[in-house]
Formats: sequence, structure tokens, C-alpha cells
Amino acid sequence: MEKTPNNKAWFLILPVFIMVAFSAIIPLMTVVNYSVQDIFGPDQRVFVGLEWFKETLRDSELHGALLRQFIFSFSVLALEIPLGIGIALLMPKKGWGVSASLVTIALPLLIPWNVVGTIWQIFARVDIGLGGAFMNAMGVDYNYTANYMDAWFTVLVIDLWHWLPLVALLCYSGLKAIPDAFYQAADIDGASRWKVFRFIQLPKLRSVLVIAVLLRFMDSFMIYTEPFVLTGGGPGNATTFLSQFLAQKAVGQFDIGPAAAFSLIYFLIILLFCFIFYKMMMTVGKGEKK
Amino acid sequence: MQGIAHSYIPNPQHKDDYALKRLDLNWEDGGAYALLGPSGCGKTTLLNIISGLLDPSQGEILFDEKKVNGLHTRERNIAQVFQFPVIYDTMTVYENLAFPLKNRKVSERRINIRVQEIAEILDITPDLNKRASGLNADIKQIISLGRGLVREDVSAILFDEPLTVIDPHVKWLIRRQLKQIHEQLKLTMIYVTHDQLEALTFADKVNVMLDGAVLQQGTPQDLFEAPAHTYVGYFIGSPGMNILPCTIDNGHAIVEAEKIKIPAVMAKAGEKAKGPLKLGIRPEFTMVTSSNNSDATPIRIKKVETLGNYRIVTAMLGKVIIKIKVSEKVQVNPDANNKVIFNQDNMILYENDKALNLQ
Repeated sequence: MEKTPNNKAWFLILPVFIMVAFSAIIPLMTVVNYSVQDIFGPDQRVFVGLEWFKETLRDSELHGALLRQFIFSFSVLALEIPLGIGIALLMPKKGWGVSASLVTIALPLLIPWNVVGTIWQIFARVDIGLGGAFMNAMGVDYNYTANYMDAWFTVLVIDLWHWLPLVALLCYSGLKAIPDAFYQAADIDGASRWKVFRFIQLPKLRSVLVIAVLLRFMDSFMIYTEPFVLTGGGPGNATTFLSQFLAQKAVGQFDIGPAAAFSLIYFLIILLFCFIFYKMMMTVGKGEKK
Repeated sequence: MQGIAHSYIPNPQHKDDYALKRLDLNWEDGGAYALLGPSGCGKTTLLNIISGLLDPSQGEILFDEKKVNGLHTRERNIAQVFQFPVIYDTMTVYENLAFPLKNRKVSERRINIRVQEIAEILDITPDLNKRASGLNADIKQIISLGRGLVREDVSAILFDEPLTVIDPHVKWLIRRQLKQIHEQLKLTMIYVTHDQLEALTFADKVNVMLDGAVLQQGTPQDLFEAPAHTYVGYFIGSPGMNILPCTIDNGHAIVEAEKIKIPAVMAKAGEKAKGPLKLGIRPEFTMVTSSNNSDATPIRIKKVETLGNYRIVTAMLGKVIIKIKVSEKVQVNPDANNKVIFNQDNMILYENDKALNLQ
């Protein structure tokens, strides 16, 4: 086909370009700008090159936060994905139970982060909290404000409570999209329940699982509000994750340069991992077999 | 396996409550059958009952005189091919074909021999090691079929409109392949479709269904020459049978005040009948003439269509439309004083839409 060059076309993408510029490119570039300068005041700044990046990467506090962050995010994925699939499999497929279970399951998703944090902060308290007091009454020595592991456990449970429904709903929609004929064919082929899951349901869930894994990874990697409200990062720095570390630097100590450098590193880590997850999940079980 | 007897008898409380009305059917081992009917007539329901995916509310299904009602699908030795190809995405073609055997704990060596054999028959040997998910719809459908064929204990294969998603130019190839497989393996095949061409080319015996009832079971020739129900006459054939409401008077059928000569036995039977009568005659057994013939009936021609080597003449007999099929060599002048001649040997008289038995 003959294509006529027409520079007016550029005007047509201009609105989108402006929107993206203001919403993403300019803010990001501001951060890049900060990350290579040492800023003392509004008019006092020195160009320091990659100094902040080097310093940030050497920071042992950051290493601790990064390690905790990875452990946390991978625990979240390891728990939420299988549990989400499990719940979706158990949910009713027809009848009044469908809407009942959907509404019940979706409820936590409607609650804002800081409210979730507050709910659990009270719920898990040893003195007046229903959950915390109950566990102690049962003879479990539980105290999230004092014990490293208990604090960790509580943050993890909060994340499960808040976001497991999302994974379950995604999987449920994926399961509902599988035509009946697949189950009927499996029946005729004499497949066991496990094989139906392994060879029909799991492969058909691939695309929703990609979404679930990416969303949950990004979200949990950026977790801030819940530990902030619950423990403020403590006890010690047991639940200080990357976002909190960053906020302390940028807002608390007003070290804008290092904070900017760190933000960029943070961003790149998330990007890298999402890319790896995506590639892995889209290719697994797809290539030619020998 | 000898002679599968399948009788299935639901008993309606209210007729309209049932997708499938009370019926008895016999399927003989090794036959190629088709279930033909419009969408929603109960074809798929019937099929799913045979395969055991659906439990009939009433009645019995017998394989070899043995009741299989409560038997689970996987114990019934039946394979089914669905409207859309069902394949296991993560498996290769080979693994797909081997899957039903593996589930039944057949030995690895036996599986290998069997899969190769079936791949040979289906002509997909070169694709065996490919991922099934990357293939075309027609090959996928062939694989679905292969998963049924691969089991040696399979006594019948059911097809539920298997060619719906297949490109037209591949359709007839697959249809021929199915026919070949049927002749080669002598398996009972039951083919559900709403396409009369598919049904008539595939099956030895066709069941025409409407509103959950089987109107007629017969060979394609039976359905064409002696439709037992006006709907069969209308549904089979292109164009369908002319169905003319009539009364009988003195050895003639009276259609729109015109006398049409009919065979004496038919007139006799018609006079005894109580329900409303209809005279059926296929367009193939009618002729147009402009000469003066005392047996001919005057008509007004509305339209003449030439379709390949024949013409379809659409004409009005009073207020009734009739279609006439003539060879392309016959010249038809719509403005002439046209008449139609019905071939008496091919007339059928219907009472309440059911063919009258003249014997």
C-alpha cells in the first residue's frame, strides 16, 4: 500500500504525549535530576555524579531492608498464589452461593490501606485486641510490638487478609472462562481430578496468574502503610521495608539526593523482576519439546 | 462388541418441560449415524446422555442389553469430539494422544505402538512432537478425534458439530477422512449437526430431530424420497419439499380450489383421515409446462433462478408458493400460460404433518 508522509500525524499524538510527559516523564526526570546533585538549599546545589548511587548501594541498612523486602515479597507470592487458586477452586460455580461468596471475598478489597493497618493494629493488640488477647489466652506467647517474628507474621497475615481475595477473584474468573467441553473431554479421557487441574485448569489460568503475580509482587514490594501503621517499622527495624526506608530518608531526614538515587534503584528492581516473572510465566511449558 | 441397543425413555410430566421427549432409539454396532436438526432441538442433550455426561431424568440406556445408566463417562467406552477443539495446551500432540491411555494405565510400549498407528491413520505423524497449542483449528480437531480413536476399547465415537470452527475448504477433507476412518475401523459413530449436507454425506442412517423428538430415522435416500413428517420433507433437500394444504374430493386433491390428480390408494386413505391434510411433493418431481395438459395445474411464475446446471422456479398456485426444480436446458417463460405437473409416484399425503401409510 502507498503510504503518504504527513507530518500532521504528529499533532494527533501530541495530547497523549503531553499527558504522559506530565504524569510520568517529567516527574521521573526530576528524580533523576535530584539523584545526581547534592542539594543544601533552594539555591545551593552541587553536581555529584553517581556518588549517591554508589553510597546507596554500599549502605548496609539498605541491604537489610532490601533483604527483608525480598523475603517478604516472595513469602507473599508463595502463600497468596497457591491459596488464591485453592480458594477459587473451592468457590461455588453456580447458584446463590456465587454472589454470596464473591461479595464476602471482595470485602477486604474495599478497605483503604491505613484502615486495614489500624484494624489489625487494634485486633492484634495483646491487651485489648480480640486476636492478640485470644492468642495469649490460648497460651501462645504473642506480642507484635516486642517480638521480631510476631511482627513479621502479623504483617504477612495482614497482606494475606487484604490481598488474597484479589488473587482468588482473578483465578475464579479464569476458571469460569474454561468451556465445559474441556472438563467433559477430560472425563471421557479418564483424567483424575489432579490431572484436570494440572493439564486443563492450571494452563488455562496462565494469563490471569501472570497478572496476579505481577500485581502482588509490585504491590508487596512497595508495601508501606500497613507496617507503618502497625509497627512503625519495628521492633528494631524488623518490619522496615524499602518504602519505609525511603520515606525516612526523603521525608524524615530530607536527604533528597540519596533518596532520589535510591528511588531509581527501587524502580529498576521492580521493573527487572516484573520482566523476569513475565518472561518466565509466558514461556514455561510453551516451547518445542524434544 | 455386538449390537449396541440403546433405548432411552424420559417421561414428561408436561411436554414442554423436557428438552428431549420420550423416545426409543436403536444404534447398531459399526453404524454411521447422524442426528440432524435445528439448534436447540435436543441433539446435544441426546448425545451427552449417551456419553454419560448427562444423566437422563428417566429411561434406560443399554449397551449390549446391559444397563449403563449409573455408569460414569469414563467407564462407558465412549469418546466424544466437541464443537470446539479440546486439546491439552501444555502437551505435545503425542502426549495428547497418549493421555487417555496413560490414564488407563496402559503400558508405555503399547501406548507408543497405538499412538503411532492412530497418527498414521489421521495423517499427523509429522506433527507428533509439536506443541498442540500452536497448531491450526482443523489439526486440533483431528487430535481431539485421535484421543477418542486411540483407545482400543472404544465402542462409539460421538461428534458434536465437530466442523463448526473449521474452514470451509478443509471441512470436506475432514469429512472424507472421517468416512474413511469409519470404514477402516468399523466403529459406531454418531454425528450431530444442523447441516443437512454434512449429515447426509457422513451417515448411513440419519435421525431428524425437532423440538426434542426424533421425527424420522432413515437412510439419506429414505429421507429424501419418503419423508415421514412434513418437517423432514422441508428440512432435507434444497429447496425443501413443497407442502400444500389440501382436501380430498373424488380421487383428487383440492389445493386452492385447483384439482390435482393423485393415486387412487392415496385418495382412499385421505378420505378416511380426520386431521388436516397436506400434500407433499419435492421440487425435483415437478415439471413446468406451457402446453395444454389436462393433468396440469395452472400457476403464476414469480421468479426463475439459475443455479449451476439447474433452475429453481418459484411460482404461486393460488396463494401457495411452490418451488419447481428443472434442468437448465428447460426454458421457462414467466409470462406464458404456465402449468405445473406433479409426478404422482412421488407424492406423499400427510395427516397432522405425519405421512399416511398407504399399505
